[in-house]
This record gives sequence, C-alpha cells and structure tokens, in this order.
Amino acid sequence: MSELSGAEILLQCLVDLGVEVVFGYPGGAVLPIYDVLYNHPTIKHVLVRHEQGATHMAEGYARSTGKPGVVLVTSGPGATNAITGITDALMDSIPLVVITGQVATQLIGTDAFQEADTVGLTRHCTKHNYLVKSPDRLAHIVHEAFHIATSGRPGPVVIDIPKNVQVATAPYERPDLSNHVSYRPQLKADPALIEQAAAMIAAAERPIFYTGGGVINAGPEASTLLRELAELTGAPVTSTLMGLGAFPASSDQWLGMLGMHGTYEANMAMNKADLIINIGARFDDRVTGRLDAFSPASKKIHIDIDRSSINKIVMTDLGIVADAASALADLIAAWKKAGHKAADLEEWWARIAGWRARKSLDYPDGGAEIMPQRAIADLFKATRGRDTIITTEVGQHQMWAAQHYPFDAPNKWLTSGGLGTMGYGFPAAIGAQMGNPDSLVICVAGDASIQMNIQELGTATQYRLPVKIFILNNEYMGMVRQWQELTYESRYSESYSDSLPDFVRLAEAYGWTGIRIEGPQELEAGIRQMIETPGPVMVDCRVAKLTNCFPMIPSGAAHTEMLLDPSQISGTLADEAKALV
Amino acid sequence: MHITEELSERHVLSITVTNEAGILAKIAGLFTARGYNIESLTVADISDNHQVSRITIVTNGPPRVIDQIIAQLDRLVPVHNVADLTANGPFVERELALVKVAGTGEHRIEALRIADIFRAKVVDTTTTSFIFEITGPTDKVNTFIGLMRELGLVEVGRTGIVGMVRGRD
Repeated sequence: MSELSGAEILLQCLVDLGVEVVFGYPGGAVLPIYDVLYNHPTIKHVLVRHEQGATHMAEGYARSTGKPGVVLVTSGPGATNAITGITDALMDSIPLVVITGQVATQLIGTDAFQEADTVGLTRHCTKHNYLVKSPDRLAHIVHEAFHIATSGRPGPVVIDIPKNVQVATAPYERPDLSNHVSYRPQLKADPALIEQAAAMIAAAERPIFYTGGGVINAGPEASTLLRELAELTGAPVTSTLMGLGAFPASSDQWLGMLGMHGTYEANMAMNKADLIINIGARFDDRVTGRLDAFSPASKKIHIDIDRSSINKIVMTDLGIVADAASALADLIAAWKKAGHKAADLEEWWARIAGWRARKSLDYPDGGAEIMPQRAIADLFKATRGRDTIITTEVGQHQMWAAQHYPFDAPNKWLTSGGLGTMGYGFPAAIGAQMGNPDSLVICVAGDASIQMNIQELGTATQYRLPVKIFILNNEYMGMVRQWQELTYESRYSESYSDSLPDFVRLAEAYGWTGIRIEGPQELEAGIRQMIETPGPVMVDCRVAKLTNCFPMIPSGAAHTEMLLDPSQISGTLADEAKALV
Repeated sequence: MHITEELSERHVLSITVTNEAGILAKIAGLFTARGYNIESLTVADISDNHQVSRITIVTNGPPRVIDQIIAQLDRLVPVHNVADLTANGPFVERELALVKVAGTGEHRIEALRIADIFRAKVVDTTTTSFIFEITGPTDKVNTFIGLMRELGLVEVGRTGIVGMVRGRD
C-alpha cells in the first residue's frame, strides 16, 4: 500500500468525513498541511484574521448547519488564540474539531519557537484532546475526534499534530470505530423512567416544559417532537437562551424565555409550577436565580444526555439520561400507549394569563431617541418571512434580541450563552453564512462587543459573504453600566465606550457598505436598506444611551423578585448578592 | 459577608482508565478545576497488555458533591469505570508507609515493641535508627505514625491507599 504524509492523511480524513469548510490561519507549524490544502479540490479554506475568529466561525457554522465546525491553526499563539472559542464551544456544547500545529516531537518540551503545551492548555476546555505522535495513529485519531465531537453531548476536540508527524508517512485506511473501549454515550432512556415521566406529566395540575440547547443539538426532529408533546399535554413551554427556536414563539403555549432577563410569565410559571419537565437544559444560574427559592413547590423531571448535569445544581425527582430527540419520541409513545389525556389545565392557564397581562417586555416608546427594543422589533418585522439567521454578541443587545426577536425554527439563533463571549457574534455570522449561503445572516451587536473581533470585516469581504452587522450603539458597555447603576449607585467605572470608531467609514474602509441610523424616523428605512443592499453591510444604529434591559431578576434574587421597570431599582445590593456574578 | 461550607464525608473511588499520556493530569486537573478535594491518589498499570490503569482516589465532600465527582469522572473519554467503594458496601483498603525512627535506649526498645504490636516490619536498621514498613488501613497507619512521633520520628513516606470491594465480584 502506498504511503501518505501525515498532512495528506489529515486531509483525506477530512474528505472522508464530509468536511467542506475549514476556518484557519497558517503558520510555521502547519505549513505541511497548508501545502496539501493548496488548490484542494473539495475543501474550502476560510482565511480568518485572528484565530479566535476561526473558532467562533466554526461554532456559527456548526450551530446553523448541525455539522461539526473545523478549525486549523498553528502552534503556540495560534493555539492560545483559539482557546476562548474552544471554551465557548465546550460551555454551549458545540461540535468543533480544532487542529493545531505543534513543534516537531523531538522539540517538545524544549521551549522551542512558537511552542505551547496545547494539550495541557486545552485539557479542561475540550471534551477530549490528542497529541499525535506518529502518522500511523493519525487517521484513527481524526476519525475518533469527529465521532467524539459530534456524538453524546457535543463539544470541542483538539488534535495537536507535531510538524514532523505532518511530514512523515504512513499507510492510510479508513479506520473502523465501531467499538470504543470507554466512550459510549447513552442515547436511549430507560423505558421505566419514561413511563414514570409520562404518568407524572399526566397527573400534574401546573406543568411546564423548560427546554434548552439540548433540544437544538438533538437535531430538527427533536424540535418537531417537542411541539407534538407540548400539544398532547397542553402544558406551557419556556426555554433558555440557548434553546430559543426549538419551540415556535408564535404558539399560544409559548411563554417566552425564562431566567434573569426572561418574561414575567415564564418565571412566575416556573415558580408556581407543580411539575417542571427540563429537556436539555442545565439549571444554569442565569435561569434559576436564588437556588433555595427556585420553583419550591414543583417536582422536577430532568432529561439530559450528560449524566453530570443531573443533580448538579438542582436536585431532581426523576433524572433521565438520554438524547432529547430519543427521549421525546419515547415520551410521546409512552403517553399514547398509556392512554394519557391532556389534563384540565384551565386554571393554570388562567393564572398564566394574569402574569402575561403584566406585559413584562413592554417599554416606553415614541420619544426622540430610538429605543433599542424598538430597533430589534423593527428588525424582526423587516425580516419576517425570510430565511433569517440571527447571531449576537454579548450584553444588553443580546438580551433585547432574545426578548424581542421571536423564533419559530431551530438553528436560526446563534449566541454565546454559557461563556458569554463578547466577540462571538460577528465571526459566528460569517460561519453561518458560509454554511447557509442563501440565508440572510444578521449579527446583532453592541458598540463594545463588535470591536472584539472587528478584524474579521476583511474575511467577509474576501469571501464575498453578505453578512449584516446591526450595531445597537449606546456608547456604553451597556450591561456593565446597567449593573453599575443597579449595584454600585451609578458609578460607571470604565464602562463608557470612549473613542469609538466611525463605524460607517470603518465599514467602507473594508469595502463594506456603512449605514448610520440616527433617529426613529430613519429606523425602518435604514433596516430596509441594510437588507436590500447586496454584500456585507454594517449599520450603526444610535439608540437611547441609558436604557436598561428589563425585566430583570437581580443576582441572588428569586423569580418572584423580578424587577419589571426602572422605578424598582434601589441602587444598592447586599454583599451576598454582589458576590454573585 | 462570610463564606460557609457544607459537611463532608470521605469516599474511596476506584477508577479504571485507558493507560495514555496525560490521563493523570486530566483527572487531577478535573479535581482542581471543579474545586474537589484529593486526600490521596494512587495510580498503576493493572492489565497484562499495559492498556488499563487503576487510579484510586480518596476524596471528601458532601454526598451531592461526591455524586458529581463520579459523574464528572465518568464522562471523561478515557475513563472506563468509576466505582465508589465507600458506597458499594464493605471493601478492603490498604496503604503502605515507610517510617524512619531514630533514637537509643528506652525509646528504641519501645519503638520496636509498638512496631511488633502493629505488625510493622523492620526493613532497615542502624544502631541508632529503624525504618519500619507498615501496611494497613489509613487509621492504623496514622495511629502508628502518631506513636512514633513521640519516639523519635524522622521521616515518613506513604503510598496512599488502594481498595477493593469484598467478595467474589
């Protein structure tokens, strides 16, 4: 059998695994791989401007297509720059395979040029990682890495390949992965637990579905099954930030997002429920608020593919380890088989109607300035009926987008939830556009966040990607400013975005179209112009500077202690609350 | 504001893992990253083909945390199995210690007498010192070392414990 170099084996593996796009940046330790990539017939390489950008692009690609995102970076600084995106993918369970170059095996440990202990550095921010010491092992490792990244609870896997392993040769054969010695994620639920869950749902008087990113990760069929189960049971549905889109926001059973900036009805329903059915969410602290006051009267069912998520934060009455799609299908079958009928939830829905009547997402409008919530609502109106993917950076604009841009389908909402990474949204939009060339991809950004990976403007230009950036510019790190207003008596320590660039001229410098929207009368036309202009467009939308994001559960508070409007702000917090993030 | 802590229990975990580079760092790092405690840790190759190692960890924490530790270990790709020996019924635990004691006269004689009671072996001797080898559960080793402290203890080396469930399985 003829032998291939390590670099050739790697590329052959990627081809065999169906990889179409690689986001990367060349450097000394990956030159052999880049040489094989040169004029490659099937694999498209997207040259980024910073390795962090590559990882977020791969995340955006993965989240919007359901396929793994692939990153290729050099050793040392290439690898360390990628770490934020790798950690982001770990927190939000995004399947990534990150290939890093490494110095030659005989130089490892000698503080060689551009050497970093990549496997050591990424040990705790990956689902798994490898240092490949021989080209004989490479094919097996690459195939296994894709399997691990995409199966079970998805996550990032790093493959560190020393330069001499890229050059040395070995025979290539597509490996057989059928029997991994220790990695066997549980996908199918215990049938007895499913029957028990169905009976608990049928018997509940005040049930609520609390769904998360796990439903999205389980594939589009999981979203369809969730709709069916919700319909069968008649129970209300709320979702985490990561789960938005799995259940249609246009449904009567939808309560909106829950948690710190969730709706009043979602949080009150969680608080007063007698049964919570958690599917693919993890009782994150942004969701639960003060733990000892979290949904005190409810029994809790928790369906999660990761056993360590069950009983990690909130003790559950029924923990079920399974893939969300598989568990939902089993639950529906069990429900029908047992002849369960939707309980009479009229009283429960009447209480929910009372909470809904508070209209917690309302905001004062009609003034001389653009309210950021209005900007998002108008963005939704203008994009309705189109195939639109929304990405966000992190901060107030992210929460406003989550609140005021309703989603009816999964994989259309890409945001950094667990790690809360400023700089995520714009590269994620580029990745999403690569994977969905015909979609309208819009990054909702803040004036501060957008600057964290703004260098990628050049990447979009180079690949003619028509992404749109919609900046809600309030000249502040708005969420930091809001917390300072709430917690530190409005001492705005370092949260003013001083020396902002002229975003319109910046866009033009990169060959983009720049649009500025200065007042409410320009909003609708400005958004329309953004959508109708071919090619990439950056919009600098000037919004009211001191608007706060409501509703809000202050850190350390219970769901029932939600702040609905600015009049409820006290200006100080107890030390216990200050100590929480 | 003060920081409060929950009550802890001691658990012995027996973990089988693929014998690969970095696995010990992975497991030890998981404990530090998530704020779990390690009282002792031992690791050795246990299979004839050198593919599998057993790691025995003594940890402590509230039951909720112990449960998390097991779940977190279990989801590491190279981990084959995690057994909580403390929770799985009666088990045997042993550790070995080397204990160097220096002294003459009454102290020397008393050290030898106590070593005999504890079934500790003398593995090295000079006219003014002994090295004892003692095997047993942690408590026994602790007690022995405590007694030797009064009789001229110079140095201690301990292996940390290994454990196994009693009975056939």
